[in-house]
Amino acid sequence: MVAAVSSPSARASSATVAVEGLSHWYGHAAMRRQVLQGVDLTITPGEVVLLTGPSGCGKTTLLTLVGALRSVQQGSVRVFGQELHGAGRDVRQRLRRSIGMIFQGHNLLRCLTAEQNVQMGSDLLEGLSYRARRDQARQWLRAVGLGDELGKLPHDLSGGQKQRVAIARALAARPRLLLADEPTAALDSRTGREVVDLLQSLAREQGCGVLMVTHDPRILDVADRLVRMEDGRLMQDG
Amino acid sequence: MNQFWRSRRIPLAWLLLARQPMRLGVALAGIAFAGILMFMQLGFRDGLFEASVTVHKLFDADLVLMSPRTMSSIGMAGFPRRRLVQAMADPEVSGTTPVHWNLLLWRNPQTRNTRSILTLGFDPTDPLFTDPTLTEKAKALTQKGRVLFDDRSRPEFGPIAEWFKQGTVVETEVAGKRVRVAELVSLGPSFGADGNMLTSRETFLQLMPGTPPGSIELGLIRLKPGADPAQVAARLKTMLPSDVSIYTKKGFEEFEKNYWRSSTAIGFIFTLGAGMGFVVGCVIVYQILYSDVSDHLPEYATLMAMGYRLAGLLGVVAREALILAMLGYLPAYLAGQGLYALVRSGTRLPVEMDPQRALLVFGMILVMCMGSAAFAMRRLADADPAEIF
Repeated sequence: MVAAVSSPSARASSATVAVEGLSHWYGHAAMRRQVLQGVDLTITPGEVVLLTGPSGCGKTTLLTLVGALRSVQQGSVRVFGQELHGAGRDVRQRLRRSIGMIFQGHNLLRCLTAEQNVQMGSDLLEGLSYRARRDQARQWLRAVGLGDELGKLPHDLSGGQKQRVAIARALAARPRLLLADEPTAALDSRTGREVVDLLQSLAREQGCGVLMVTHDPRILDVADRLVRMEDGRLMQDG
Repeated sequence: MNQFWRSRRIPLAWLLLARQPMRLGVALAGIAFAGILMFMQLGFRDGLFEASVTVHKLFDADLVLMSPRTMSSIGMAGFPRRRLVQAMADPEVSGTTPVHWNLLLWRNPQTRNTRSILTLGFDPTDPLFTDPTLTEKAKALTQKGRVLFDDRSRPEFGPIAEWFKQGTVVETEVAGKRVRVAELVSLGPSFGADGNMLTSRETFLQLMPGTPPGSIELGLIRLKPGADPAQVAARLKTMLPSDVSIYTKKGFEEFEKNYWRSSTAIGFIFTLGAGMGFVVGCVIVYQILYSDVSDHLPEYATLMAMGYRLAGLLGVVAREALILAMLGYLPAYLAGQGLYALVRSGTRLPVEMDPQRALLVFGMILVMCMGSAAFAMRRLADADPAEIF
């Protein structure tokens, strides 16, 4: 195994994400519709992969499967070496603690302040005192440039600020994989650019892989690799 | 301590409630209302039963004789007075008091209206109540036509106590005969009687000339110190003919309470009322928690996507319910205290906040909140983290 570094199976076992021959269907019987057809994808630690494609081509489905939010129907999805095909609810729930997710909407908890929202992320870390988790939450908020907005409710923050809080929350749980679904969709171009740059640099620092779905052509340059999806199939450009 | 800081989390349940003060207010008002309703209904029920024996509790007796035909204090039948004399034959009996008992019509000297008053006739030299001050006051009854009026009787009998304390000679009509108030006593109205008066046997017979000779309604039996009332009661039962029933003092009170419990709808009505409060509370809490969970469904789904366990989120809803129960109970308890005081002064019913009822109502509020939470939790199963992307 150690000698055969270049063999595909060894590469898959050390990869953050290894998807092989993944197919997925929605609906039943006559209504059954295939959304993914034999998808293969590998993401190595620290790699930023951008996924583009027309809407309805299956990008989000792939994201939810890699994010352990849906059960795998056919093919293999391995995240940190853990096979998700046939994995139970508990296994997936535990695995999700190591996967940071950033959504199209910010999905912050409305009743919590920016600081508390981020702490919901660091609260997932075990063996840390309340104070340590709170301090981490503050550090992350400072890292995303919101050191002065700790006590504000999402209601009082701008769209860009909310998305930055969401990024801080995702990173506060120290994920090894970050999934983002059009994180810039609700932002103007300048703020979108800032958010993506921030995401990229923080992910690099943490050495965590990133899989980002986007339609935004202005941010494609942050990618280490660009992957295009059409009708449930991947076409890799590089 | 260390463990506490490790396990401490953001108080999500509290923040979910507190950041929507309007909804929290409505929820607490609803729970408090349900609690107050339960406090009032149960309080009235127990108060009425307790009130039915206000006078019963005062008697200086270990055992009591009554006619087997007596069903309650508002329909006391007579039995031969000789039975008491026979009871004296038992070596452990130290003394007896024959008591006449009836409801007579009292005329309010101010408004001239009549009202039923519980009248007890006894020999002023015999002990009647455990209260020692009565012995002195009873001496005034040796004169015919004198009565002791209960100053805690309902005000409908007239301003008797007020007038008497001013030094006025208070005279009125009872059962069509003139009587004069010789002294005031403090007994309290009961469920069956709005007011009470005591008088001598002679005066009683004068007011009730139809009473058969040698017939009394109640026989008090006092025992020597150390005697077991139950044993003596059993002995007397075999000794005395079946035209009397024998009760311990506690049994005498229970007999009366039981009458109101079983032959009236009071118990049922008030328990039903408390049940309604419970149901109303359930509906309100369920509505609040259900809409709370529904409103926050995307946020719960987000938490699940982040790796929080479903059980942990169910715990959040349960904690919300617990907080609601505790915060809602407090105003209910305080309002209950206040309303009980109001009822006591308004109706002179002995309604008290007894710890057992306070606990019972808290238990019911807890069940109400946790039960509603359990139903509202089913909504959480709809939180699908896969849907939020």
